[in-house]
Amino acid sequence: MAALPDKTIDHEIDPVVDQALVPTTMPAPGVPIVRITALRKSYGTNEVLKGIDLDVMRGEVIALIGKSGSGKSTLLRCINGLEQFQDGSLRVADKPLLHESAMAMRALRQQVGMIFQSFNLFPHLSVGRNVMLAPTLVKRRSDKDAAEQARALLARVGLAEKFDAMPDQLSGGQQQRVAIARALAMEPQVLLCDEITSALDPELVGEVLRVVESLADEGMTLLMVTHEMNFARKVADRVIFMHQGRVHEIGTPADVFGSPRTPELKQFLKSLDD
Amino acid sequence: MIEFTLWDILRNLALALRWTVALSLIAFIGGGLVGATLLCLRLGLGRKTQHVIGAYVGVFQGTPLLMQLFLAYFGVSLLGIDVSAWTAASLALTLYTSAYLVEIWRGCVEAVPRGQWEAARSLAMSFGEQLRHVILPQAARLAIAPTVGFLVQVIKGTALASVIGFVELTKAGGMIANASFKPFLVFGCVALFYFALCFPVSLAAQHLERKQHGRTA
Repeated sequence: MAALPDKTIDHEIDPVVDQALVPTTMPAPGVPIVRITALRKSYGTNEVLKGIDLDVMRGEVIALIGKSGSGKSTLLRCINGLEQFQDGSLRVADKPLLHESAMAMRALRQQVGMIFQSFNLFPHLSVGRNVMLAPTLVKRRSDKDAAEQARALLARVGLAEKFDAMPDQLSGGQQQRVAIARALAMEPQVLLCDEITSALDPELVGEVLRVVESLADEGMTLLMVTHEMNFARKVADRVIFMHQGRVHEIGTPADVFGSPRTPELKQFLKSLDD
Repeated sequence: MIEFTLWDILRNLALALRWTVALSLIAFIGGGLVGATLLCLRLGLGRKTQHVIGAYVGVFQGTPLLMQLFLAYFGVSLLGIDVSAWTAASLALTLYTSAYLVEIWRGCVEAVPRGQWEAARSLAMSFGEQLRHVILPQAARLAIAPTVGFLVQVIKGTALASVIGFVELTKAGGMIANASFKPFLVFGCVALFYFALCFPVSLAAQHLERKQHGRTA
């Protein structure tokens, strides 16, 4: 890494989002689609998120990087309420996240899709049924409409012919692409990707990342926890380096990877090269 | 004295076998329904309900079925309600079965990976939808083999209903043995009848278990 020597770190975090981050396909946004303010989260006495502030604009692609245990996955899981936080606020599409209200949580989760490291396809349902299930239940779509949509989405992720296959007949990469189609079937505003290629054999990573990249190109708002630095560099609008439960450094991929400002980030990037 | 031929013995035992089968079915269906209800309550409601159901399970698993039958038979009549041996045996066996089934099934639900809940939740499904469409179908697959296996315990458990005067296979065997003075022959036949009932069920459970392992492997 060609880090600049002895650069001071007094202005290490620049919270202002002023870059032209919004893809041309989207209208100019008024408010951020995700607004996280002073968010704190602990497991017992162990505080894992120590006050996170983050605004994500519509159509923005954000990569979260950092060591394991830095809180990046926890932050992602807070955004769709899989984890409860103790303090601070989180708004998606200008609606606050309220854990107490099952109705509010369901409304929020329709806005926020999630893709997991371990795919989590429903093993007892065919690929097509996996994609159709939530729209028919939650959005009360007819079977016919849902099937039509599922076929279109499976075609989009390159698995049109797998509609009737069972998940265990697919490779990891194919399963993950089905999981993406399943999340997209709910027509979310934001998609959270939690280390979605970490469980894949190396030769299957590319096919999943290509799908994610195409989503980014189409203007989907993406937050992804990733270890694929090259991918983050190529696709992300902003990269967030998390360290010990805080947003330690944030900036464009060029800034974060090209001229890291803090010793922690330098060390992290260096450790990746080893 | 009336002479009992082997045919008489077998015929009378076969007639009594009907009630063993009937009581087993009542216990199994009743216990299944109560168990399923308790399971849903346990999953859907808070910690308090879990403790209450945990205590229920503890009581029925921690006391002999024989005592439960006595308590159901004599205890309920103490309350001034006249219970027949039928009712008492059905009640006790239903509660006993439900206590075991709810534990077996809870284990199966917990064996479904956490990620399945999370995936269903993040697709905005309600708790009931998660349970019905994602978790229970998978748990049910896991549950078939141990549930069928437990059916054998229930069938054998019905023998205890003889102590409160319910005439099923064991009670009938006792009566015939007393009248015929051939206890070894009679109880030997009783044992064979139980075996004929239970062995196919055990085989089915084993078969289902193998099929299960074949599928998950």
